[in-house]
Amino acid sequence: MTLTTKQEKFFILLMCLLLSACSGQRQDTLIVAGSTSVQPYAEVLAEEYGHLRPDKIVDIQGGGSSAGIAAAEAGTAAIGMSSRNLKGGELVLWSVEIAIDGLAIIVHPSNTLTNLSAEDVREIYTGSLTDWGKLGGTPGKIHVISREEGSGTRSAFEELVMGKDRITPKAIIQDSNGSVRQLVSSDSQAIGFISLGLVDHTVAALSLDGIAAREDKVLDGSYKLFRPFLFVTLAAPEGSAREFIDFVLSPQGQEILLQEGLVPRREEKP
Amino acid sequence: MKKTLAEVVTEKTFLVLALSAISALVLITVFIFVQGGPFITTQGLGGFVFGMSWAPSQGEYGIFPMIVGTVCVALGAALIGVPIGICCSIFLAEFAPPLLKNIFRPAIQLLAGIPSVVYGFWGLLFVVPFIRHYLGGPGLSILAGSIILAIMILPTVVSISEVSLIALPRTYKEGALALGLTHWQTIYSVLLPAAKSGIVAAIVLGIGRAIGETMAVIMVLGNSVALPESILDPVRTLTTNIGIEMGYAAGEHREALFATGIILFLIIMTINALAQYITRRR
Repeated sequence: MTLTTKQEKFFILLMCLLLSACSGQRQDTLIVAGSTSVQPYAEVLAEEYGHLRPDKIVDIQGGGSSAGIAAAEAGTAAIGMSSRNLKGGELVLWSVEIAIDGLAIIVHPSNTLTNLSAEDVREIYTGSLTDWGKLGGTPGKIHVISREEGSGTRSAFEELVMGKDRITPKAIIQDSNGSVRQLVSSDSQAIGFISLGLVDHTVAALSLDGIAAREDKVLDGSYKLFRPFLFVTLAAPEGSAREFIDFVLSPQGQEILLQEGLVPRREEKP
Repeated sequence: MKKTLAEVVTEKTFLVLALSAISALVLITVFIFVQGGPFITTQGLGGFVFGMSWAPSQGEYGIFPMIVGTVCVALGAALIGVPIGICCSIFLAEFAPPLLKNIFRPAIQLLAGIPSVVYGFWGLLFVVPFIRHYLGGPGLSILAGSIILAIMILPTVVSISEVSLIALPRTYKEGALALGLTHWQTIYSVLLPAAKSGIVAAIVLGIGRAIGETMAVIMVLGNSVALPESILDPVRTLTTNIGIEMGYAAGEHREALFATGIILFLIIMTINALAQYITRRR
């Protein structure tokens, strides 16, 4: 890196100061930044939290898992959101699982297939299986849709499905869950993967190895594609960050996440 | 004549403001090169520019497929947009009655005012499904990008070629008509060759505009990092590579995106210099 971390922090701080000067926010604003997969759920939580504690302002920002973790580490965000496990040097940070998110393999609703094996999915994404006809569907070229490099959803998919294999460079790349869903919903030959909570009637989620992609199957461990949603802080959280995290982990907070389509967190992790 | 104090102050103020505009250019240039330069030196320019595989998580940074993508999409845009643009400029400069001129000219300039994300959205909702339905493939393709960009470069191509046609001395046209040429013959064999350098500059600037566009093409190109085999295949351009991965990139990956920016910068600079050279030569 050419800029030292110190210079970088200073620059980011400066930008934040400028931004906060623009919006004229109050001092006790809690900045929560990171994964765009966690963002929509965090926004719902923040809104509910606002009803409960009108004196607190929680500001949810995107930027991606890596950026969120980096922001928590640099102190530019009180809480970083991540849709993948921490790795390497990030492991020194404090983190808590707020929920689990299933990963759904989605196709167009008119697709006659309802189930694929994990092996089929892997072969489709390596580019060795290119025709729906070979899988017993309506013959036609498979339009493989993936996420961009660095996306938490993509790295979860690579980890859980691809193993050591690579996603074919011919895959169409979209930069959000929403645009993957939009594209799959309009293309009868497409296949993609998105957060299970974001599956709606415009697309069909395939069963994997005969197990339906549903929240209860994620919870009982039979549906294998899932990843944790984490809140990450520099040190054990205090003050308003602690209060917000406590709210998210409370039965009320977990209930909201459940209603929004996520799977409540596993109890054994702190 | 001696300048008054007020005059000196005004002059210096303007100088400072002008300098701040230039310094923005200098700052951006320096920043891109400082951020991306070291990456190119360690990676090797050849390996970076001609590398076939882009997989940042594996530490592979080759942008050749994106350079090919950029060239394909820009040329496609030129193939579709330039004939339309030049015909439009000839119509405006030579044929259009004043009333039509007053409608056409602002209408075409208005195209330049439409935000590029709107072009992209329109392309995604109309052009992409059209291609998918009638021509096959995923729809997100070189062709879709070229069509959108062809529309986006029209204002550039039309206005610059029209100006170069209007700027020709009246005597050219009068002489040609006096020799008995018809109006169309005059245009085809006298006016167009005379305005050639302006028209070529218009085309070059249009291509430059097409190469630099990001938002609209992110939405309709599909952003694959493989070499395209047909115009119905998805591709990624240099600009969309930066646009799509910037949000998540860190460390070496981010430096690689800045390095992509350097290559893009050099291409655009070359094209603009070429356009300047062509117009000056006249």
